[in-house]
Amino acid sequence: MLYIKCPYCGMRSQNEFAYGGDASVKRPELNKDVTDKEWDDFVYNRKSLRGKHIELWHHVSGCRQWFKAQRDTATHEIFKTATMNEEI
Amino acid sequence: MSQEFRIKEKGYINRNKTINFKFNGKNYTGYEGDTLASALLANGVHLVGRSFKYHRPRGFFAAGVDEPNAKLQVELNGHSEPNVNATEIELVEGISATSQNCWPSVEFDIGAINNLLNKFFPAGFYYKTFMWPKSFWYKIYEPFIRKAAGLGVASIEKDRERYEHKFEYCDLLVTGSGPAGLASAYAAAKSGAKVILAEDKHRFGGSLLMDDVSIDNLSGKDWTDKIVSELKEMPNVTVKNRSQVFGYYDHNMLVMFERTGDHREKKSEFTPRQRLWYIRCKEVILSTGSIERPIVFGNNDTPGVMLSSGAKEYMKVYGVLVGRKPIIFTNNDSAYETAIEFKNNGVEPLILDTRKEQNSDLINEAKNKGIKIKFNHAVIKANGYKKVKSAIIGELSDDKTEYKNTNNVECDCICVSGFWTPSVHLASQSGNKLKFDKEIDSFIPDKSKQNEITVGAANGDFTLKNTLNAGFKAGNEVSKKINNKDVAIQVPNVTEKNHKVHDKFWCSPLPKNLKAKRFVDFQNDVSVTDIEIALREGYRSIEHVKRYTTLGMATDQGRTSNLNGLQLVSNIENKIVPEVGHTTFRPPFTPVTIGTIVGREVGKHFMPTRLTPIHEWHVKNNAVFVDAGAWKRPRYYKIGNETMLDAANREAKNVRDKVGICDVTTLGKIDVKGPDAAEFLNRVYTNAWMKLPVGKARYGVMLREDGMVMDDGTTTRIAENHYHMTTTTAQAANVLSHLEYYLQIIWPELNVNVVSTTEQWAGAALAGPKSRDVLAKLFPNSNVSNETLPFMGYMEANLFGIPARIFRISFSGELAYEINVRSDYGMFMWEKIMEIGKEYGIQPYGTEALSTLRIEMGHVAGPELDGRTIPYDVSLEGMVSKKKDFIGKRSLTKLAFNQQDRQKIVGLIPLDRKTSIPEGSHLVLDKNAKLPNPKLGHVSSSCWSVENNNPFSLAIIKDGKNMIGKKLFAVSPLKNKSIEVEVISSHYVDHEGKRVRS
Ligand SMILES: [Zn+2]
Repeated sequence: MLYIKCPYCGMRSQNEFAYGGDASVKRPELNKDVTDKEWDDFVYNRKSLRGKHIELWHHVSGCRQWFKAQRDTATHEIFKTATMNEEI
Repeated sequence: MSQEFRIKEKGYINRNKTINFKFNGKNYTGYEGDTLASALLANGVHLVGRSFKYHRPRGFFAAGVDEPNAKLQVELNGHSEPNVNATEIELVEGISATSQNCWPSVEFDIGAINNLLNKFFPAGFYYKTFMWPKSFWYKIYEPFIRKAAGLGVASIEKDRERYEHKFEYCDLLVTGSGPAGLASAYAAAKSGAKVILAEDKHRFGGSLLMDDVSIDNLSGKDWTDKIVSELKEMPNVTVKNRSQVFGYYDHNMLVMFERTGDHREKKSEFTPRQRLWYIRCKEVILSTGSIERPIVFGNNDTPGVMLSSGAKEYMKVYGVLVGRKPIIFTNNDSAYETAIEFKNNGVEPLILDTRKEQNSDLINEAKNKGIKIKFNHAVIKANGYKKVKSAIIGELSDDKTEYKNTNNVECDCICVSGFWTPSVHLASQSGNKLKFDKEIDSFIPDKSKQNEITVGAANGDFTLKNTLNAGFKAGNEVSKKINNKDVAIQVPNVTEKNHKVHDKFWCSPLPKNLKAKRFVDFQNDVSVTDIEIALREGYRSIEHVKRYTTLGMATDQGRTSNLNGLQLVSNIENKIVPEVGHTTFRPPFTPVTIGTIVGREVGKHFMPTRLTPIHEWHVKNNAVFVDAGAWKRPRYYKIGNETMLDAANREAKNVRDKVGICDVTTLGKIDVKGPDAAEFLNRVYTNAWMKLPVGKARYGVMLREDGMVMDDGTTTRIAENHYHMTTTTAQAANVLSHLEYYLQIIWPELNVNVVSTTEQWAGAALAGPKSRDVLAKLFPNSNVSNETLPFMGYMEANLFGIPARIFRISFSGELAYEINVRSDYGMFMWEKIMEIGKEYGIQPYGTEALSTLRIEMGHVAGPELDGRTIPYDVSLEGMVSKKKDFIGKRSLTKLAFNQQDRQKIVGLIPLDRKTSIPEGSHLVLDKNAKLPNPKLGHVSSSCWSVENNNPFSLAIIKDGKNMIGKKLFAVSPLKNKSIEVEVISSHYVDHEGKRVRS
């Protein structure tokens, strides 16, 4: 079980969190024309990469804040976590 | 005479306390401090079970966690548990054990015929034999395998024992209390670090209990006692015996089980049987020691053949002789200690050493004591069926592939030692890739992946001096890291005997004229021949060889067999062992009871139960409940002998004719507040929200980004910047996370807050033509007329002094209201409504009637909003705004979502107007068409229409728009039904929606 540092609450066990996927995905702006490809890249296409991955986590059984974590998908090492408005 | 193999005054057992126990129906005695194994051996019992495949007699092979054979069915405190390791379970009064895998008895087992038919049971036997025909599986193969291969019997009784879970945090976890573990725990503890020391056995000390050493002029046992008692005094240290760390997971989370109950004669009701510890630690020191490995020879599985270290432990710890005519068969010095211990107890051993004659402290001591030693000798084959009677031994040729001469020697046990294998399981589980150490012919940990370090024998260090040094050093390193303290510990003076290098001899060759099975893996009955066959048949990867032969796949995880198996493969393949590689170690290190894993999460504690404030009333009024997530909701209220369908129809009819009341507290409620709340809702929902006035409710549909409907519900504008959103019971948690995602990540610029208020409000839905009459009496001071409180209206009112919210919304399609009050007043509200509604014929209705009402009206719910439907599919396309953007809108332009024959919701009625259509039925054109019969759609919801008095269903069907009026078949192979149906509109009742507005 991973040990994750919520930027608001500190170190907590994984079972308090929900995984939220790739944090680098940007939602196209509202009311903007987007191509099918841009939209599909936002909704479906993910890299599933091996190595360092910046991703979203949600502290559902805690402060209910979404935040970012940089994790190695192969080793599960978490290098850093940050609030949504911080750079990682 | 009982316990005739007990040595006088030896061991750490309590001879003042005799314990009675049963084995295979016979009564025996042992002493407090015995294991089941040591007590049986004290009584001369070696035969404990039959082997897995060939049903060969098997005896005790070891004294601890490495035991592959002695897995027993144990009855204790009224429960029966299979596969209990007899070497690990402590003897307590009344324990009763039986052998497994034998029928009718361990002494006479019919399955042993497999041993004679062994050419039918070679490697890959299961793969080759039971391949085909497929139809033979259920009736012939599977029952055969089950009967033949079953080990113990799992109890079908409810487990009445109590199990607990515990979460712990520490600076350092030390796994194993041998010299390495004690030294490192001690050094770290001295610096003030929070330390947990875990020992799987009941006694601390590991090898210190058995080896002939001294530390600061104390015996190993006395030094252990001194250190352990010091550790126990320290407030920063937790010392745990009977505690096995069995799993090493990510981020230094280790899992341990503690045997808290079974060794106690009288256990209080609240003492758990076992406790599972989740331990999150900053640092881990793995001091798991090493396990002796056997030398493989003919019939090496005969009862009486055991590890030399096991024989020594039985003598030294338990005061038990495992035989009176022992042969010690070794390729190294350590077995000499076993021989010397036999000699010290008046027994004459014979040592067979595969090495050339040589001298060391131990060898010289044995010589001086007059012990017979034959160098250059090996055991070729053991004789005897249920017990060793003699052994064929041979003098080895110079290249050790054949024998110069052989002869038969009488013996009653063979104590074998093929050197030591470090226990690297936990290190491997932590992600540490192992490396091969040529000096000791074993794998040892390499670079750490997590904060762990392995010390002592587990790291291939077999001298006490080095082990203690490494232990103290590791403990000190940890304290430097954690407390920034450098507590140098004076390393004690150690006396131990030096050892000569071991011989790389691990399998006795079989002369051509001798036939005998040589077992590598006892627990899974894998012999040398099986591995040879696997390689001959082309298996090369060790992982494949493992699976094909089942080598090392039993519950002992190949503790005594892995390396010998690897050696064998490497010899045949002409490779060195590290090239062959090793198989992966996975948790658990030893079997763990299901009860321990489950802990207290059984029965009603399996998951939390959510009850509405009106629950007690439902109970008193014969509600039959249904689980809706964690909630208990009334499904129907039973009157007399009513069936569920009778009750649901009565309740639904009462709503259509008069008035009903339903507990809707479980609906998700979310407060949406802030100046940008309207804008936010406008983005979240498919329909327009900017112009909703205060005091009005609106129905809304929300999508996921992929265009699928996520949830629906009404949202009411309570005040200028305050909305009250409702969600379905099932999606409440997901919707809240969804909203938080958009507010915190996508649109942080919106000034909006969301919070769940589900628990804060109790809700009652009042539905039916008489509902306004009831409402008017409930709120005599408020004007609830159709004009002041129209459909989708909202008002705040006073319910006999209690603030209440009234929403004119309807799920049933009838004139209906939903009343919310603070949860504490939920029961008051409910009882008041029942009291006032009495004269109007009010009745409560449950989820069955609720479903009936909404299905008849063609209202969609969970079965239709299954994550695979877009608004069009469920006829909600009218809710989709063309003017504004919202979550998921872009996806609705997808080609597939705009096909002319896109699926759509329809209604179905059976042609016979009688047969209910099972939910989940597939819709096909021709019920007799060849399989696979093209599926047009599926039935999502079914009910008995109380309005039309016949069955009615909702279905989602391809080209639904053009299917109205067609006749199809609804087939349910599950229910064995195929029903001819007519497709009609999904709105079966009140097409125009007049009633809700009336
Ligand atoms: Zn948090």
